[in-house]
Amino acid sequence: MTQAIARRDEAPLDAVALYTFTGLAAFAALLATAFTKDPSFRFHGYVMLTAFIVAFLALTAALGSNRLRSDQTRYADGVIRAGVIATMFWAIAGLAAGALIASQLSWPRIFYFPDAPWLNFGRLRPLHTSAVIFAFGGNALIATSFYVVQRTCRARLAGGVWPWFVFWGYQLFIVLAATGYMAGITQSREYAEPEWYVDIWLTIVWVAYLLVFLGTIWKRKEPHIYVANWFYLAFIVTIAILHLINNAAVPVGLLEAKSYSAFSGVQDALVQWWYGHNAVGFFLTAGFLGMMYYFVPKRVDRPVYSYRLSIVHFWSLIFIYIWAGPHHLHYTALPQWAQTLGMTFSIMLWMPSWGGMINGLMTLSGAWDKLRTDPVVRMMVVAIAFYGMATFEGPLMSIRAVNALSHYTDWTIGHVHSGALGWVGFISFGAIYCMVPWLWKKDRLYSNQLVEWHFWIATTGILLYIAAMWVSGIMEGLMWREYTPQGYLANAFVETVAAKHIENVIRTVGGLMYLSGAVIMAYNLWRTVRLPGVVSTTSSPAAPPMPALAAAE
Amino acid sequence: MSERERDDHTGTETTGHEWDGIKELDTPLPRWWLWTWYGSILAAVVYWVLMPAWPGLTGYTRGILGQSDRAQVVQDLGGLAKQRHAGESRLRAATLQQIEADPELQSYAMQVGASVFGDNCATCHGAGGAGAKGYPNLRDDVWLWGGSLDAIQHTIQVGVRSGHPQARGETVMPAFGRDQMLDDAKINDLTEYVVALSGRKADGAAVARARQTFTDQCIACHGPAGTGDVSRGIPNLTDAEWLYGSSREAIRDQIWNGRNGVMPTWEARFSPETVKALAVYVHANAGGVAEPVAPAKTVAAEGVLAGAAGR
Repeated sequence: MTQAIARRDEAPLDAVALYTFTGLAAFAALLATAFTKDPSFRFHGYVMLTAFIVAFLALTAALGSNRLRSDQTRYADGVIRAGVIATMFWAIAGLAAGALIASQLSWPRIFYFPDAPWLNFGRLRPLHTSAVIFAFGGNALIATSFYVVQRTCRARLAGGVWPWFVFWGYQLFIVLAATGYMAGITQSREYAEPEWYVDIWLTIVWVAYLLVFLGTIWKRKEPHIYVANWFYLAFIVTIAILHLINNAAVPVGLLEAKSYSAFSGVQDALVQWWYGHNAVGFFLTAGFLGMMYYFVPKRVDRPVYSYRLSIVHFWSLIFIYIWAGPHHLHYTALPQWAQTLGMTFSIMLWMPSWGGMINGLMTLSGAWDKLRTDPVVRMMVVAIAFYGMATFEGPLMSIRAVNALSHYTDWTIGHVHSGALGWVGFISFGAIYCMVPWLWKKDRLYSNQLVEWHFWIATTGILLYIAAMWVSGIMEGLMWREYTPQGYLANAFVETVAAKHIENVIRTVGGLMYLSGAVIMAYNLWRTVRLPGVVSTTSSPAAPPMPALAAAE
Repeated sequence: MSERERDDHTGTETTGHEWDGIKELDTPLPRWWLWTWYGSILAAVVYWVLMPAWPGLTGYTRGILGQSDRAQVVQDLGGLAKQRHAGESRLRAATLQQIEADPELQSYAMQVGASVFGDNCATCHGAGGAGAKGYPNLRDDVWLWGGSLDAIQHTIQVGVRSGHPQARGETVMPAFGRDQMLDDAKINDLTEYVVALSGRKADGAAVARARQTFTDQCIACHGPAGTGDVSRGIPNLTDAEWLYGSSREAIRDQIWNGRNGVMPTWEARFSPETVKALAVYVHANAGGVAEPVAPAKTVAAEGVLAGAAGR
């Protein structure tokens, strides 16, 4: 503190480091853009160059006006507010993309644009998945983890301005990924489509994220590390490892967009699904469990149900999850013994997953009435219920005999969406409904009635969606395996597609309802931010042995 | 630790930690949860004992059931072959014409053909064989490569420009525009000429200008009257069927780019019996017409053409 005062006139070191980094990055982007012969690479070169120049100019102005000083007595909440806005923006963008591709599947004659290749299903589908998982989910995780780690460590985020680098760097990654998909730049690895240079950029951002998070834990003023932070840390570390290994590739040239995987054949497939499955496990499960472990007890004002359960289910979850990937490759060229291990580890994963559900639900004991009175609590509890359902359905579908029917069908899509819409979406919405009044210092949301509308429209949408996918998935699975008495396949593939029309339409309706809920939410939050301000109740930690940290910035 | 706080509602002790107002209860692990987990671990171990499971340096544990996916696939395929055996032997013994003449055998061939067509041919030719732009309609009387049973069978076997040594399609249509063999104006005139050939109203002056070009460039394949040649897969330009579209724009596009369709050879994928069944299916679907297009139509087209040129 005294040091900070003494050096008031000097620019803070972290800001100077970021300033230098941005300048160098802009220069590198300029060179790459100027010398490449690959139009795709040049296109992304321009995107990066623009981003770095804007960042460089913004930093120049901010350094000049001496606004980049970090006040250690206050929480860094500006970057979280930005994260909340980005989360809602990408939620609506990603859900809208989903509704569009669902419409393409429902009405292929109307929503087929042969003259606009960037609007083809093949390009929009990864746009949708990445937008909802990485853009919406990722921003929700980064924002909430920054919020939670500060409150539960009673320390300001480490790294000065670098949390802002994590935020904007991650947005740049999203823009590069999304524009790349639409322009046809892809390495064709599901959920890891961005090409090598975008992967490198994400690695830089992710390492910064890890360091900010670890640094904050390092300087915590609480004796213990809260369970939510274990889950967030497991998410950040494991995603880094998965990302590095699965994206190991050799670029065609240093100024070319295209690259080739370091692995081939069935090894490549196994690495990809080790990654793909653990993206579900550590991004969509562990990270959001971290969210649950803070916002549920905080909102219902009850202690976490069982500390022991949180320890046992945390370690068993992260140990077992990492083995379960081969269940994505049942009845393929993958050796049968590997399929066996993938399946059995998935079955052993059932209870470790449910440990989180029990801890989340039972935390409400003594506060069950809030399900009736507080729609935000109801939303988070329904999220936990969907989590429980999806983590039961997952091990079930990993059983080889079940998978023989369910694999490649809409059942998988339904399963993913009960997890994504029900668990990931609702727990994030719940956390954001909690955080917005806290961050913008309001005593309430603009309208609980609108939260009710959001909850019921979106819940109905999810149920329509997954019920339709169960029906169409089992139907097409049965149609695919049906033989004529002569010993020939009874149904042509296109007949199984045509048979799903009604279910596809119901899915589109369900998706549109979910999207409508998110739009209602965005409106509600916007009106909340515009409410007259009051003193926040959460910015003053109880009985502080250290100088009180106030939410500010 | 003996004086840890106790939660009023549950009566359970807390752990004594607190983060931002959040405490934790020291509730023991739920028994049902723990025992279900043990049960799932036991189930996994039993499965490992029974089935192929753990890798070692030189192989993997085979499991005491001796189950193997590969052996299972071989067995399943054997069962399928047995199921198909009776029908296939009958198809093998009969000629295509005999299959078509025997209602019972034809009905069998039609069922096999429908299944195989749906899973292999419909991708290009459309469900039911109705075709699409660039993919011939198999339900009409117009045949690029002949509509007799034997011709259809042969086309399925060897494909079109497929790389098969006997494949059809040694002739290719040049890309007159793209390869700069003809200029813009000539191609526009030629388009009018082809429109006139099919008996439609066309710009007479353009048709007259194109007559020499057509003679120089087109009749070697399409014939003086533009009626094509089924033996070489040359389309008839005087009828109402158009592979790449009938509009002026589509015709001009085809002259400019000279696309040449490809169909794979199916010899390696289908048994000879399956090819037979497929030929019977396709033939019957198209109404069984075996003869090429009637020459009467050509005369009519010529008449129109003369009229158009004379204007």
